[in-house]
Amino acid sequence: MVEFSLPPNSRPQPGRTWPAKGEPKRPKRFRIYRYDPESGQNPRIDTYVIDLDDCGPMVLDALIKIKNEIDPSLTFRRSCREGVCGSCSMNIGGENTLACTRAIRDVPGDEVTVYPLPHMPVIKDLVVDLSHFWEQYESIEPWLKTYTPPPDRERLQSPEERAKLDGLWECILCACCSTACPSYWWNSDRYLGPAILLQAYRWIADSRDEATGERLDQLEDPFKLYRCHTIFNCTQTCPKGLNPAKAIAEIKKLIAERTL
Amino acid sequence: MAYRTSLARRTGSAHAGSRHWKLQRLTAVALVPLGLWFVFAMVALSGEPYEQVRAFFASPFNATMTVLVVIAAFLHARLGIQVIVEDYVHAPALKVTALVLNDLLSFAFATSCIVAVLFAALGS
Repeated sequence: MVEFSLPPNSRPQPGRTWPAKGEPKRPKRFRIYRYDPESGQNPRIDTYVIDLDDCGPMVLDALIKIKNEIDPSLTFRRSCREGVCGSCSMNIGGENTLACTRAIRDVPGDEVTVYPLPHMPVIKDLVVDLSHFWEQYESIEPWLKTYTPPPDRERLQSPEERAKLDGLWECILCACCSTACPSYWWNSDRYLGPAILLQAYRWIADSRDEATGERLDQLEDPFKLYRCHTIFNCTQTCPKGLNPAKAIAEIKKLIAERTL
Repeated sequence: MAYRTSLARRTGSAHAGSRHWKLQRLTAVALVPLGLWFVFAMVALSGEPYEQVRAFFASPFNATMTVLVVIAAFLHARLGIQVIVEDYVHAPALKVTALVLNDLLSFAFATSCIVAVLFAALGS
């Protein structure tokens, strides 16, 4: 059966509470998931207090401040700090999002809880293993495929054809949507998940791509595609405001239309 | 740290699933009028004497509608239960057993319902 509860060695224990530095004017408590694979111990929830008057507005600012000033062992991915690289995806206040674009004041509740992306193998602290996710991405062959001879110049698109890619090209593959999807939790070994299916549709919808039929052939599978049960967690959580559920529905419609 | 590799492609695409998807939607749409008709008919029949109920099923229209309800409902249920099993049951032996039982039992129950309607319609 599907694992509905965490295995005993993955259950978080109460962790350390780090005292605030000095006298904070606007203290804010951060409860952060910590896991060190080398300690052999269960994950724990550490509590940090920072002064909002002495910190940038975003959750990532707070994490960097904690790492710089309180606890250098705190481990997380980050790069662009402006929502285009997708590195700092994590579960903040119970919602998968990007730490760099989620303002601390927009996190509901008195404290800010920070966990890794749900239902993924944790490498350390807030860093999860996305190897399988990237392998699934590679499996949809995310590049332009053509059979006609290459033209002397670019393959042109009309403005209308280009507009079909809007809402698709913006995806940064942060994996917030896929790891918010219960169907992906239970069957990620075979189900491609919303992020990869949105990317698959990005190439299907591209007027310059000539492998649409083969792409649909490869996706028509009870597990790769049809594990989507239109739960819509993907669309609700996407930090870029995209709609993976609609992209999946478009793929299903195209496959259905092939037999009409 | 064990990394999972070579799982994404596995045995490739089954090139199946769209028929299941279409049939589930088709039976869902069919069950809207059929289900409404069935509920109203059963409410109207409740408490009526035996002869009255037999007379209801003796009407070719009512017998046909009831058989359609049975076919659509059991087909829809079979498809739905199949998806639930595929989603949640991962132990191979248990999964295959559940899927086979689902197929056989839904077919058996649907057949017995249709036979019952035919007996009621045509007389025993």
